[in-house]
Parts: sequence; structure tokens; C-alpha cells
Amino acid sequence: MAALEELEREYEKAKRDAKFQRRLDELLQTYAGRPTALSFAQRLTQKLGGAKIYLKREDLLHTGAHKINNCLGQALLVERMRKRRVIAETGAGQHGVATATVCALLGFECVVYMGTEDMQRQELNVFRMRLLGAEVRGVESGSRTLKDAINEAMRDWVTNVRTTHYLLGSVLGAHPYPTMVRDFHRVIGREARAQILKAEGKLPAAVIACVGGGSNAIGIFTEFLKDEKVRLIGVEAGGRGEGLGEHAARFRGGSPGVLQGTYSYVLQDSAGQIANTHSVSAGLDYPSIGPEHAALRDAGRAEYVPASDAEALEATTLLARTEGIIPALESAHAVAEVVKRVPKMKKSDVVLVNISGRGDKDIGILRENLRLD
Amino acid sequence: MPLSFYKKPALVVYVTCGDPDLATTRAVVLSAIAAGADVIELGVPFSDPVADGPVIQRASERALKHGTCLAQVLTLAAEVRQHAQSTGLIVFSYLNPILRMGMEKFCMVARHAGVDGVLVTDLPVEEAGEYMQAMKAHDLAPVFLAAPTSPDTRVQRIAQASRGFVYAVSRTGVTGVRQKLADDARKLVRRLRRVTKLPIAVGFGISNAEQFAEVGKFADAVVVGSAIVETIERNPGREAVAVGEFVRKLTVGRLNLD
Repeated sequence: MAALEELEREYEKAKRDAKFQRRLDELLQTYAGRPTALSFAQRLTQKLGGAKIYLKREDLLHTGAHKINNCLGQALLVERMRKRRVIAETGAGQHGVATATVCALLGFECVVYMGTEDMQRQELNVFRMRLLGAEVRGVESGSRTLKDAINEAMRDWVTNVRTTHYLLGSVLGAHPYPTMVRDFHRVIGREARAQILKAEGKLPAAVIACVGGGSNAIGIFTEFLKDEKVRLIGVEAGGRGEGLGEHAARFRGGSPGVLQGTYSYVLQDSAGQIANTHSVSAGLDYPSIGPEHAALRDAGRAEYVPASDAEALEATTLLARTEGIIPALESAHAVAEVVKRVPKMKKSDVVLVNISGRGDKDIGILRENLRLD
Repeated sequence: MPLSFYKKPALVVYVTCGDPDLATTRAVVLSAIAAGADVIELGVPFSDPVADGPVIQRASERALKHGTCLAQVLTLAAEVRQHAQSTGLIVFSYLNPILRMGMEKFCMVARHAGVDGVLVTDLPVEEAGEYMQAMKAHDLAPVFLAAPTSPDTRVQRIAQASRGFVYAVSRTGVTGVRQKLADDARKLVRRLRRVTKLPIAVGFGISNAEQFAEVGKFADAVVVGSAIVETIERNPGREAVAVGEFVRKLTVGRLNLD
């Protein structure tokens, strides 16, 4: 608790500190590559024959996903707190790579916890982290995925809390993480809203993003919350079936509970044990969801739908062949929802999709599943 | 109420219920009590034990493999209570299984089973308003954990919210056996004494008679968890006997102030 309070204090101070904001903005521009482009998906729009589709290109950021926004923000806080050791969890490896990157940039010691199941399916990112100087520690417990990596990172943090910052990678965990991580990603929606107004002269009818913990989604949603006519749609991992353990659709199969310091919707059994999850995408393979998404859903401001493994894989190929963009399997879930929804919309409507990351890391899984060779 | 600390120091024994099965847990608990344990912490296995080290993680996995749940732990508590009227019984759980059962129902069943107190590892005192009301309404003692890193204001709040005793965590980190105990524990107990008259139990990392005696010099009670669970793990088929022997060795030379 003491460390969370320290972090909250430091974050509140930093938020009001113009110098901190300037430094962060500068790194986002000159290092991460912001602002990211908004691309009109012309051929995909033609093919689906409905609303105009725009892609927010977080896949173009340094390290290949939106995760770097939050990592740079927290890394600057680590500097302010005068800590030298950073730990993180990672599922798909995108957050781990982004953390290893900012640690290399600022000279911090870096340890990344990753479930051994995820290490296998995201082998390339494991190597990238090691190349960047991070130590990757495999986690053998539980389902050997993201949830278990977070458990292990939390155990490390409570043990080494005096010297170590836990650079949590999603809008999860205890306060202030969900708020802070959201704030560092708000830049996505801020840019996208201005860009789409400039391109189309109007707001989109819908904003669509995939939701694991929910950081890229909350990052693009937040700026549109006040625009009540804009539908906000989060896409969860529908996995390979509807039974408990076959998916990670918390709003379909979950109920309120507490996991890892967060009260939210949780996939659990009747005795309150956390369920195993399945998704083809490691980044969505998590039994709980950021608490702000739960609040948005309960308030009726945002809606959440599942996309299955098969739909995500199909959407990956579709986006690759119509737009020349290979999305991360996570982001492909958002594209899968576009495929279902857009044909039913008016041609005059505009849809904004967050392409939260690029798919290079998934080549192994794609190759196995798509059998193109 | 059986949460009394007549012996110096009192011994609090933790077990993960259902490891390897509930019948064994029951035998282990009764054997520990016969050998000198004063308070038993009945650990509810949880799928994601973030506060626990590898020993209790493994025990939890073993217990969950055959579906041990909170309701069964409460039934076990009632059975133990029938055989041991003067032993303190604490349910030691993560929050989610309790939420899933329902706080009211949990308190009612626990009280009825003869449970004295409850420790919820992942419920910080700052978020515990509703829980404390329910505990109070059912005459259950909420026990909170104080850590060496807790600032004075927080230590005070934890002491004020706790009933029965306060649990002082001997060092930062997760549960598990350690060779050397840090100075942290002694300092924390001193800080707690300034703000509470409640007995103070020190736990995390204590595994042998030497450490037990050392901590007993400044704490009212000593919690032994991972070392007990490890004894169970290493003695398949003779868990209860082994734990009884372990407890007797641990407490040899202890003063009885009863």
C-alpha cells in the first residue's frame, strides 16, 4: 500500500508539472513516433460495402504497439522516484518489449515476467526483450499466461518494493494504475478525434477497439466519452467456444469479483476460483477486465462483444490483403467486429478502429493456423 | 473467546486446507493442537495466491486439484471446533472466494462453525469498511496485516481495525521460509506497541525453534505457515504425526503462563 500511495503522489505531482509533460511529449514525438497516422481503409471499405473505415495506426509506433505510450510515462515517474529497477508482466510480449525498451533508453535494470505458455507462442518477443538487455523470467504456475505473470510480478514487487517500480502494462491492478495507465494512453483518442474531424468533418458513428485488460480501448474511448452519439465498442476474445476456460469474454461469462487488487468482471467458478482462459492472442488471454470498462458497460456507455479465434485469424488475412497491414492478433479482434458491423451501417457513416499493434510478433501462430505455404 | 495468548509466545499454525485432502488437514490440525498450537489459521486455497511463496502456491494447487472450496473449509472448522474448544480458529483467505459466497452468508456460516476471526490477505484496511461491519455484526474478529513498509499512520489504522490480535509481517515479500529474520520485525512490533494493546503475532519466514524463541522475545505470538505446509508435503501418509513432531520441536522450552 505504501508503494501505491507513493506512486499516486508522484503521479499527481508529475501531472501538474509542465516540465514532466514536456519531456513526455518530446519522447512520444521524437522517440516513439507520435502522432500516429489515421489511415482511410479504402479497399476494406469497398469490400465490406458499408460505413467508411478509418484505422488509427498505433501499429506504427516504435516497438510495434500502443504499449510504449504508457511505458514512457511510467519510466519518467521511475526517474522521479529515484528507483533503478523496473519489473513488468507481459502476455503477448508487446508490453515487455516496450518496457525493456524504455529501460534501455533510461538505463534501468529490467526484469519481465512471462508465462511459459506465452513465451512459447511469442518467442520472437522473448528474444527482442533479451536483446534489449532485459531478463525474461518464465512463470510456470497456474495457466502459465498473463494472469500468472502478473501474480509473479506482484510477488517480486512486494519483496523488492523499496528499490523497484512495477511497470504494469494495462488498466488493471490497484489504484492508481487503472487511472494512470489510461491517462498515458489518452493521447490515442485525442489525436484520433482531431484527425477524423479533419478528414471527415464529423465524428465517427462508432469507435472499435480490442479489450484484454483494456488499455488501448480506454485510450481511444476516453476522448469520445462526452460525444454521446459515438458508440464505443470493445471486442473481447471469444476464443474457441462458450464454455468456461474456452474464451476470455468477461462480459459474457464473468461476474463481479476481485483479482489482483481490482474489483471488476471476472471469469470464475462457483467457488470464486479464477477460471483459466483461452485466446489465440496472448494479449487478450486474461480472466478480468479493467474496472473502468466494467463501469462503462454497466452505465451503458460502451458495449462489449466477443470475436472468436477463427474470426480474428480471418480478419488478419483480410486486412493484410486489402490494406497491406498485418495487425496484431489482438487488434485483429477489433477488425473482426468491423467485418460484422460495417456492412449493416450507412455508407455515410464513419467507423474508427484502433489498430493497437502490428502482427510481426504473431507470424509463428499465423503460419501454423493459416497454412499458406 | 479462544483468541487468548496464555503461552509466551503463543503458536499460530497455518495450514492450506485440502492439501492433500480435507481428512488429512483435519488430522494435521488436531495433531498440531495436541502438540501445542494455540491458534489455527485455516487457509482457503486460491487459484491466484499473490501473497504466497512457492510452498503455499504448490499446496494451493494440490488442494484445488480436487476442488477444495470455502464452504468445505467452514465445515472443517466446525469439526475442529467440536474437538478443540479452547483453540483459536482463524479463516485465512483471499477476498474473492468470500465475495463469491457472499459476505453475510460467509460471516453467518463461519460464526456458526465456531470460527473466531478472519484474515483476508488481499483486502487492505482502507477498503474494508463493509467487511468490518459484517465482522462486527457476527462477532468475528477481523485481523489485518501490518508490513515493515507501512507508514505510522497506516500501522495505527491497522491496529485500530484489528480485533483479537494484529499480524505483523516480519519482512517485505511473500510467505516462505527464510534462514535469517530481518530486524524489520522487531522494529515493526515496537511501532505497533505504541498504538495498540492487542497481542501481536509475527509471521512470514519462521521455521525453526531458534527463530521461534527469538521472535518470542518481542512478540506475543509466532505464526508458522510455510514450514508446516512443507512438513506436510514431505511426509506423505504420515502428515499428522510429522506436524505433531515438528510443533513439539518448535515449542520446546516455551513458558506456559496459563
